[in-house]
Amino acid sequence: MSEFIMPSLGADMETGILVEWNVEPGDRVKRGDIIAVVETDKGVIEIEVFEDGVVDEILVQPGEEVAVGTVMAIIRSEEVTAAKKPPAVEAVRPKPSTGPVIKQAPAGPEEKPSLVQPAEARPLILPTKKRLKASPLARKLAAELGIDLGTVPGTGPDGAINQADVERVAQAQKATEKAAKPAAAEFRVGMRQAIAAAMARSNREIPHYYLEKRIDMSRALQWLEAENRRRSVKERLLPAVLLIKAVALALGDVPELNGYWIDDQHQPRKEIHIGFAISLRQGGLVTPAIHHADLKSLDELMATLDDLITRTRAGRLRSSEMTDATITLTHLGDLGVEKVYGVIYPPQVALVGLGKITEAPWAENGLLGVRPVLTATLAADHRATDGRQGAKFLEAFNHYLQEPDKL
Amino acid sequence: MMKITYRVAVREAIREAMHKDDRVFLMGEDVGRYGGCFAISKGLLDEFGPERIRDTPLSESGFTGAGIGAALGGMRPIVEVMTVNFSLLAADQILNTAATYLHMSGGLFNVPLVIRMSTGGGKQLAAQHSHSLEGWYAHIPGIKVLAPATVEDARGMLWTALEDPDPVLIFENATLLNMEAELPEDAGPVDIDRAQVRRPGRDVTIITYGAGLFKSLEAAKVLAGEGIEAEVVDLRTLRPLDNETFLPSVDKTHRALIVDEGWRSGGISAEISARIMEEAFYELDAPVERICGAEVPMPYARHMEQAALPQVETIIATIKRMMGA
Repeated sequence: MSEFIMPSLGADMETGILVEWNVEPGDRVKRGDIIAVVETDKGVIEIEVFEDGVVDEILVQPGEEVAVGTVMAIIRSEEVTAAKKPPAVEAVRPKPSTGPVIKQAPAGPEEKPSLVQPAEARPLILPTKKRLKASPLARKLAAELGIDLGTVPGTGPDGAINQADVERVAQAQKATEKAAKPAAAEFRVGMRQAIAAAMARSNREIPHYYLEKRIDMSRALQWLEAENRRRSVKERLLPAVLLIKAVALALGDVPELNGYWIDDQHQPRKEIHIGFAISLRQGGLVTPAIHHADLKSLDELMATLDDLITRTRAGRLRSSEMTDATITLTHLGDLGVEKVYGVIYPPQVALVGLGKITEAPWAENGLLGVRPVLTATLAADHRATDGRQGAKFLEAFNHYLQEPDKL
Repeated sequence: MMKITYRVAVREAIREAMHKDDRVFLMGEDVGRYGGCFAISKGLLDEFGPERIRDTPLSESGFTGAGIGAALGGMRPIVEVMTVNFSLLAADQILNTAATYLHMSGGLFNVPLVIRMSTGGGKQLAAQHSHSLEGWYAHIPGIKVLAPATVEDARGMLWTALEDPDPVLIFENATLLNMEAELPEDAGPVDIDRAQVRRPGRDVTIITYGAGLFKSLEAAKVLAGEGIEAEVVDLRTLRPLDNETFLPSVDKTHRALIVDEGWRSGGISAEISARIMEEAFYELDAPVERICGAEVPMPYARHMEQAALPQVETIIATIKRMMGA
């Protein structure tokens, strides 16, 4: 018996809206099955279940917005039959009413992103706050318009929010949205806010240190060119795949950079899941995890990357991809940038930044030549690691790129 | 068109029914020689004779029971009870017999009885003649409860009630009897199952009936001058309540005020409010409000009686508060 809870799909996520269930009570599920779809600021995310069992009870209905940690369903393991009800669902509905209540939740630095495992489920404690007064119509309208009631000044009796108040705010929002960016979907606004929250927290809490290393890419690119020549157009590899694999292998050598800083504790992870920053055409970015990047072949990585980019841009990611990343890799080379000084995505402890591979003068063995050069940077959390580990990592990264055939 | 009073409209309705159907007869206290204690049946004794316009002893239970018996026997009696307060003497006949007979007889015997009575305060008739107890009767399954407010309804509801196979109670507000209105010469029966929007508006719905209708319309007129458009719904029938009319109105205006001269606690206003909460909760932009009769025995002194009844000024002030104006 376990509780299937609304996962935190990012340090900054406070609530999610259940879009649909892919299962019904009585359905058998096994670990990894996608059983629900949830909408967050980052898009529509497919949520996986983390153990085998049978869906016993569904507690949240599509359309409901619930806080992170809310029990959404009960999964019965095969042996157990007696069902025990969980504590009351902490659903907050309808949607707009959640805004103010949830927003008050202390955005603790200790929140870790992957709370999906039922075993680690912990009840979300909502702070006791005076209930927001709003007419039922105002609540319904705010939900329809996607307006956070917490942002609406009430003019009714006792400061209650009524229809006119919501409409006023909606009007004002429309005006500013029009002025700022035409046709910006509300969800983009949400994503911007989510990024803002995470990045502000990172800069506030994480003492970053930065290291930089120039890497001669001639061997890697020569190998890649030869390799691609043998391949059909469809099977060709991108340089990014080599870089991902090299980062993964280097993390194997310097595992301290792979993991989290939670509850004032450094928690390195054995599994290497690289969060690959994918920018969205409409603005904003998402960093879905490439699971077990160190164990995947280049072909597998290429396929994974293809799939991830497609699904990210379609707004159809899985929960594990949203939450499992143990480090972030930002590759801005295609935009012409040569160096990336990243901001760590909490509670991760490092971010690798890769720039454009450019031809540059390169001195080696007393000779000056022109080589394709990549500048790799590391932004790391000084609470978790020191420059020495960072330096070791960049050196290892370089090392793997010099032996591309072994990647 | 002709201009007639509510009183004459009721009389014309009785006359029409008596002419149309010789099973129809009127009985009650002083309805014959005296012409009815509110002068509604004046002249009917001469026109129809003592067989069909029957004076009864002062025994509401007795003559209401006789009416039930006549109805069961195939007649179409109109029983007049002087005031709703006195109808309590006949409450046993109304609730335990008229309303239950169809059920108790396994569907064999229906009771096509019409009981008319005056209701409401405002005429300085004090605490035993002035209450608005129609809400109580609206509590009873098995009967219909009508509250004609307009002259048109006073004229038209009776025949439709007589055609109903089951007991129908008609409550005539005594303060409306002298009210005049234009009515077509051929004005006839009207439906008895729909509420009516008497004044359309977009900002707030006033749900009322009987004398409350005219106070509400007057208030709506004043409010319109201040830019607040109140929609006024005349319930017309208190049982069964016509949800289909007042709920869409609340859906439109998002605010509801119930004006009911009856007492507040457990009254018909509470039932209407509950239905709005049940069926239109998410349309409400303000709490449902009620203006009801004060919960006191009706005072005799004029100023105190008026203070105990809903007034136009109270309706205006309440709606302004609801609108945040």
